[in-house]
Amino acid sequence: MIRTGAQIVWESLVREGVEVVFGYPGGAILPTYDAMLDYPIRHVLVRHEQGAAHMADGYARASGRVGVAIATSGPGATNLVTGIATAMLDSIPTVFITGNVPSKLLGSDAFQETDITGITLPITKHNALVTDVREVARTLREAFAIARAGRPGPVLVDICKDTQQAKTEFEWPDRVDLPGLRPAPFPDPLGLERAAELIAKAERPLILAGHGVLRSGATRVLLDFAERTDTPIALTLLGLGGVPASHPLNLGMMGMHGEAYVNSAIQHADLLLAFGMRFDDRVTGNLATYAPHSKKIHVEIDPSEVGKNVAVDVAIVADLRLSLEALLPVVAQASHPAWREEIGRGKAETRTRDIIHQPDGGRLYAAHVIHDLWRATRGDAVVVTDVGQHQMWEAQYFAHEAPRSLITSGGLGTMGFALPAAIGAKFARPDAEVWVIAGDGGFQMTQAELATLQQEQLDVKIAVVNNGYLGMVRQWQEFFYDKRYAATPILSPDFVKLAEAYGIPGHRVTQRAEVMDAVNRVRETPGPGLIDFRVEKEEAVYPMVPAGANLDAMIRRPVNEEVRA
Amino acid sequence: MKHTLVARVQDQPGVLNRVASLFRRRAFNIDSLTVGQSETPGFSRMTFVVDAARVPARLVEENLRKLIPVADVHDVTHVPTVDRDLALIRVSCAPGERAEIAGLVEIFRGKVVDVASESVIVEVTGDAGKVDGLVELLKPRGLLEMVRTGKVAMVRGAAAGNGNGANGNGNRS
Repeated sequence: MIRTGAQIVWESLVREGVEVVFGYPGGAILPTYDAMLDYPIRHVLVRHEQGAAHMADGYARASGRVGVAIATSGPGATNLVTGIATAMLDSIPTVFITGNVPSKLLGSDAFQETDITGITLPITKHNALVTDVREVARTLREAFAIARAGRPGPVLVDICKDTQQAKTEFEWPDRVDLPGLRPAPFPDPLGLERAAELIAKAERPLILAGHGVLRSGATRVLLDFAERTDTPIALTLLGLGGVPASHPLNLGMMGMHGEAYVNSAIQHADLLLAFGMRFDDRVTGNLATYAPHSKKIHVEIDPSEVGKNVAVDVAIVADLRLSLEALLPVVAQASHPAWREEIGRGKAETRTRDIIHQPDGGRLYAAHVIHDLWRATRGDAVVVTDVGQHQMWEAQYFAHEAPRSLITSGGLGTMGFALPAAIGAKFARPDAEVWVIAGDGGFQMTQAELATLQQEQLDVKIAVVNNGYLGMVRQWQEFFYDKRYAATPILSPDFVKLAEAYGIPGHRVTQRAEVMDAVNRVRETPGPGLIDFRVEKEEAVYPMVPAGANLDAMIRRPVNEEVRA
Repeated sequence: MKHTLVARVQDQPGVLNRVASLFRRRAFNIDSLTVGQSETPGFSRMTFVVDAARVPARLVEENLRKLIPVADVHDVTHVPTVDRDLALIRVSCAPGERAEIAGLVEIFRGKVVDVASESVIVEVTGDAGKVDGLVELLKPRGLLEMVRTGKVAMVRGAAAGNGNGANGNGNRS
């Protein structure tokens, strides 16, 4: 059948199973928007293309499917850039489609022309410029295959306006034939054997589980493995939810704001089992002193991550679930009571410093707000966080039981991520209770998407943790810059009135005693709702490993004698 | 230490840019890069000489392999190869010295390919050490201009085209 390039875009998306796209129209993508009306795909009009990119990202994180965003040339395309980089750093399968100027004008600095394939080269897994209508279907088919394959990531397809308008016989390629797209390797038997030997010898083993657990769906087999070998599990930020928080072997988060006993366990372990994680600087601290007593096994799908930051003794380059399924039958039942007891002592000591166990003294602490949100929802919600202090408190005090119940920008640390990503997540999981938790700084970066939320009539709940500062930066200034608060005090609008201006019910909470009532009121009211939590202004996230310091050189919260008693 | 990597890449617009961008953003140190046609239509062949002092050559190789247009990559450093580098060297040369220079160059199996009144252009092909040797000898005479292609390499013996199996990574390509 003869189709225009624009029609082929939608024919292709339908064949890839796309149900919703997030975008913003403009001149160079108009033919594609015109053709859209004839296809059964929902389009969500955003207020800024960065929002579209984060929505596609949030949709992908919440569902495991490929998220899609569309924008026009020039500023439309460049506005996607932050969102594309966010998806790249966290390995999120996404496809970005942009229009460009007619092909004969390429390179002429035509109106709204940018070299978006050049701009996004280092922040995409792959990208392509399409100037021949016969290449549209194949390029999109390849884009989805590349986005999903191995370690996933963003792919951008830039299509010239005349290419969208040109016609050709539409043929959907039945297979993808790219020499550089390799099937994920199977776990190497020799590697498995050597891993099993190290596991058999270990007395203080520790699993470091990351995003790969979610990506490969390895939760069940990981728990089987951990239980069989009696091995505690520490999680990265993006690994949270990969193992139920309530599981007795789950220690919680590691790294810069991980609990002290978790980092201490890493430093004292004699075997680290790194499963689907990449030894990011936020989890290792000073590499020279990192986990000095341990052998290391790294199971990782991306071979370029093996040995990048930390030298390992055994590497298994393969899908994590397949690797653990192969490893499970060859490891022996083991028991490490002394090791677990040692870690347990650290955990008990942490309790005396934990803000959750401290009286509020009439103050409203962000950590308490987030913990109350967990209590109100019983943890049964998809929480989408922004970046900063609230993000770390969420990671510490909202216990995640299920994979994909926390959506957060880890690698790039993108402020403004939460609200649009939550909109995407709600499309992916319409039956889930979806909460945004954002700071007053990050929320203002993309708050225009409140209009998108309202236009789409989405049931997304919003908690703004409002302390009047760019809190995490302020905390660094407090600790490392002699409390010189350069450009961190921030004025916000009245978030209650702002929400109401968009037709969204807004509430304000200033006392701990009001938290549960407000949360429950918002939960019981269908549709979006926002709560402005006016929290303590100069509270810090504890513990903290200063950037580049030894992992166990943590700044701790002072001991609370009442809790000790 | 210097490593020699050989890659087969799809011959399409922007592929050199992708490779260069990778080396730039990951701060991989590159000594030379050559690109040319391969035995397969639609595929080019790239030869890289990289300095593996800061980043292990294996990581350079694995990162190259992640680029979609890269069909395969092999580190041929530790296998026997034929290595060649071609240099064109313009050197000062009074008319009376031409025979002497020609004789010198011949020892390196090079030749004088152009003669001007006060200079000549010398062409020499060989492994990098041989070319370096001739350059050193010519320098005192006044080296006016030089261009070198950078290294190209091919595995010796029966190993097919790209050195498959030469480093145990053939199964991944």
